[in-house]
Amino acid sequence: MNFQGYRRQDGKAGTRNHVLVIPSVGCSQDVARAIARGLKGVVYLPNVAGCGQMGEDRALVKRTLVGFGTNPNNFSVLVVGLGCEELTPDEIREGIIPSGKRVDVLTIQDVGGTRKTTVLGRRIVKEMLQDAAKLSREPISVSDLILGTECGGSDYTSGLASNPAVGIACDMLVAEGGTVILSETPELIGAEHLLAKRARTPEVGQEILTAVARCENRAIAAGQNIREGNPAPGNIAGGITTLEEKSLGCIYKAGTSPLENVVMYASHPATKGLIYMDTPAHDIEQLTGMVAGGAQIVLFTTGRGTPIGSPIAPVIKITGNRQTYLKMKENVDIDVSKILQGKETIPGAGRRIFGEMISVASGKLTEAEKLGQRDFCIFKMNPDI
Amino acid sequence: MRRKTGIIVIDEKDNVATALETLSAGAEVSFEVQGHVEKIRLLSDIPMGHKLALRDIEKGEAVIKYGERIGQSTSRISRGEYVHVHNVVSQVRGERSR
Repeated sequence: MNFQGYRRQDGKAGTRNHVLVIPSVGCSQDVARAIARGLKGVVYLPNVAGCGQMGEDRALVKRTLVGFGTNPNNFSVLVVGLGCEELTPDEIREGIIPSGKRVDVLTIQDVGGTRKTTVLGRRIVKEMLQDAAKLSREPISVSDLILGTECGGSDYTSGLASNPAVGIACDMLVAEGGTVILSETPELIGAEHLLAKRARTPEVGQEILTAVARCENRAIAAGQNIREGNPAPGNIAGGITTLEEKSLGCIYKAGTSPLENVVMYASHPATKGLIYMDTPAHDIEQLTGMVAGGAQIVLFTTGRGTPIGSPIAPVIKITGNRQTYLKMKENVDIDVSKILQGKETIPGAGRRIFGEMISVASGKLTEAEKLGQRDFCIFKMNPDI
Repeated sequence: MRRKTGIIVIDEKDNVATALETLSAGAEVSFEVQGHVEKIRLLSDIPMGHKLALRDIEKGEAVIKYGERIGQSTSRISRGEYVHVHNVVSQVRGERSR
């Protein structure tokens, strides 16, 4: 099965054809925004990191920014630095070069201030836009898609309707040879052994258990035991009996495929099929990690509704709550509430979601894209210095 | 278009279903399994969003939802009976993996 996408020099496929402006440090964020302002087809990352991170965090920030740059949803990239930051714009550029796309660098201190950098930057991105416009969509196999999955603002409808329906769509994509990323480690707690059982090898299963233990230990070090008192009395009153049941409601959105691999935050999956990425539950940090890992499209379930969107990847919002859909239509793409009225089957809704995903991958805009939502936030382990 | 059934079964391996509205003992609900419709007479009241047994579950047997174990029964549960914290226990609660 095919979608209409953009073929890149490194063989990857984009669902979008953006010119991306990456501020390599928070200090150049506003100049990056000024460069992109009002230019259709140009997007920028509201990045505030790039200086003051140590060790592991420095590597995380670099990997995330490089990952956004190499994501096939971009045609070419302009990196804007300040000039004295710890993580240099040239390092980001070097990381993006292997993708084969054009990457330019501007440094505010070298160019000489906000205005000059903005003028020069706009000249560069306009040039890139002209070249981007020459590229057309072509039929590309859906096996080239990396689909991110996420849930946020969950309610009782998430585990019963939207997550199982998205799970069907994920199974369909994996059956077609594509890749699905499941993430959000805190939400695995209590069901990690069930996911580990689905792992392709015992080693991959152990990596899942290790990721969960690491997450729990971090919470305990901060004085909180996530497992204790879970499910909460409110969950039990709502019909959730056990912790396994609660976590399964969340992880079921990635379907039932065998788990092929576990990757670190913002890392590219080395295999196709179902992949686990170790991310926090923070919605925007999780989304950022999956897109940096190469996701060109995201299915996002919500019970209460959320405006979230990514600067470069279309995020399709799905709700099983009719009231939420009616109240927040401008933020939600697909209504699967008929499942809970017994008027649509879960597989039926799943097939509908899959169809919509192909349309969006082929260019149909999501509600978040129409609104210009470009949420971006990098997960960090330690405080900045 | 399917008619209203009152309950939802998420995976065909499940031995419990979830009530989509508050249901009363004695009521009959139906669900679809591999193309045919099965009917169940409820033995208990089931609040909306809570679970009922789709078939008899022996004491100590796995309770299955999402096609996976969500816990173990602590007593025999009959088809149509209410399934919750009074007759199901978690296998993991409070334990941590290493």
